[in-house]
Amino acid sequence: MTVAPKHRPEAPAGRPGDGPLSGRFEVVDHRKEGAYRVLTISAPELAARAKPGQFVEVGVRAPSTLLRRPFSIANVGNGTLTFVYDVHGDGTEWLTGVRVHDHLDVIGPLGVPFPIPKQSVACMLVAGGYGSAPLFWLGETLQKAGMRVDIINGAATESRLHGIIDAKRASSTVAFTTDDGSYGTHGRVTDVLEERIEACGTTVVYAVGPMGMLRAVAEECARLEVPCQVSVEEHMACGVGVCWTCILPTIEPDGSIKNRRACLDGPVFSGNRIAWDETRWAVGPSVVPEDESAAPVRHTDEELFG
Amino acid sequence: MSQLDTDRAIAPADVDLSVDLAGVAMANPITTASGCFASGQEIDRFFDVAELGAIVAKSITIEPREGLPTPRMHETPSGMLNAIGLQNPGVDAWIEHDLAWLQGKGVPVIVSIAGKSVDEFRQVAEKLAGRGGIAALEVNLSCPNVAHRGLVFACQPGPSEAVIKAVKEVADVPILGKLTPDVTDIAEIARAVMDAGADGLSLINTTLGMAVDPETGRPRIRNTFGGLSGPAIRPMAVRAVHQVHQARPDAAIIGMGGVRTVEDVVEMVRVGASAVAIGTANFADPLLTQRLVHELRSWLAARGIRSIAELRGTVQPWS
Repeated sequence: MTVAPKHRPEAPAGRPGDGPLSGRFEVVDHRKEGAYRVLTISAPELAARAKPGQFVEVGVRAPSTLLRRPFSIANVGNGTLTFVYDVHGDGTEWLTGVRVHDHLDVIGPLGVPFPIPKQSVACMLVAGGYGSAPLFWLGETLQKAGMRVDIINGAATESRLHGIIDAKRASSTVAFTTDDGSYGTHGRVTDVLEERIEACGTTVVYAVGPMGMLRAVAEECARLEVPCQVSVEEHMACGVGVCWTCILPTIEPDGSIKNRRACLDGPVFSGNRIAWDETRWAVGPSVVPEDESAAPVRHTDEELFG
Repeated sequence: MSQLDTDRAIAPADVDLSVDLAGVAMANPITTASGCFASGQEIDRFFDVAELGAIVAKSITIEPREGLPTPRMHETPSGMLNAIGLQNPGVDAWIEHDLAWLQGKGVPVIVSIAGKSVDEFRQVAEKLAGRGGIAALEVNLSCPNVAHRGLVFACQPGPSEAVIKAVKEVADVPILGKLTPDVTDIAEIARAVMDAGADGLSLINTTLGMAVDPETGRPRIRNTFGGLSGPAIRPMAVRAVHQVHQARPDAAIIGMGGVRTVEDVVEMVRVGASAVAIGTANFADPLLTQRLVHELRSWLAARGIRSIAELRGTVQPWS
């Protein structure tokens, strides 16, 4: 149930253009969905600027916390902005107590959105857990641009798969995987990735999920020579580019490694550009290489995104 | 003067927020703590950072540095631990990109400089000499000193003096020594730094801390130790500014450490700060510094205080 806001919140602070805004926004919906919670605010100014892959920083009032909590934007619509969260600390625990008509302190949109291919190509969205939330919105955007969208949605167990119905609706094909076999294929997203890429004629992969999964997906895509865009997470104090805590080692065109800010230069990066060996993220599950079969036409990042 | 008395209230426009910081004319006392505001461009997406009294930029070194691996940050009760490792593009690239942008803003710029030897500090200061748009240098003395097995310069008077003297020889703007609170007697270090030629002091840097994940047994940040900042350290900062102001009333001071409200700003000024820098609180609210300038004006106007400078060093005795 979405409740219309009682009154227009004070105009958010910020600059004209497409940069971030800061303000207090009325909560119009807050619900539990499986293992996760879905929160919607009325924020027309933010919603108008937001693109898939960007995030918001939410002020929490848990005792003795200082810092905001970052959440990937799940979608926007009708002047609203929605994000999905998992309760795993004081901040998100506090958030569960926020009620409809309360006001949340939110800054956004922040970060670099997913690049959209210039050509009409087949796109594979790979989600781990509630990483599916922003990917469905990306999928809609890609479909509106006339592109084929397929989804692989994986999680540890069925209750941690987010948006099973949405996944089916938002794609040409969808494959589910669970680590315990409780829903879909028993295994990891990377266990089905190559087969799905071949079957769907995939040209580009987009992935959101835990860092270990992103590494496994990025390395598998590198082996298959399929461009791959991943949305990373790292401990982030500010979310706006000034604290330098959320850095990610990236490989520069000259081969050198540079620490880039996940909040400002990301959170979306080309999987090929991440120096995974320099990160603390362990190699993902091993994937048995198979013979190269009739592969669809391959594009480089440059050809796809300019 | 400290009691709110509506009869005393004056128009906010009649309040003079300007301060002099070791010869740097600031339109208001609100500035930024080094490493908490980058070089201003990111926050300028939210408001015009030229509204601030000055911008203290993130420390720069002679060579580019990529810093430490992650995790670099861990939130603690009312505080935050961090270990970044002085990631910066190096002085040449900083001059080309960041200083060029700051010069266009026309805001007083205080450049924080760092090094692992006396000579590196001197080299960075030399590169910055003669550049327009730099109001002062802040000498980050809380750097590990390679010549003393990594002990930070600011922990001992001798190495602190050596750095200040070297920078003073080549600098063409006022210099401020930034001190660590992790010493037995901060006033002793402050005296040494002032006697070596510093024009003022920045107090305080973070204090060294540590946190361990009870499940994995691993330190919460990759570097094991990190600098603790935020409201958790504010009373330490207030104490340090007070002690140093008592010991060297001639030293201009930028007070910092956990400041996030207008009352915190006034507290810092009362113990002796000429200017007040906002650090960790920027991370929670990128618009805070702008708001504090307005709130400080209103706070003073409501109490009939015509000038912020009047409040400097006005701790009242109990008896």
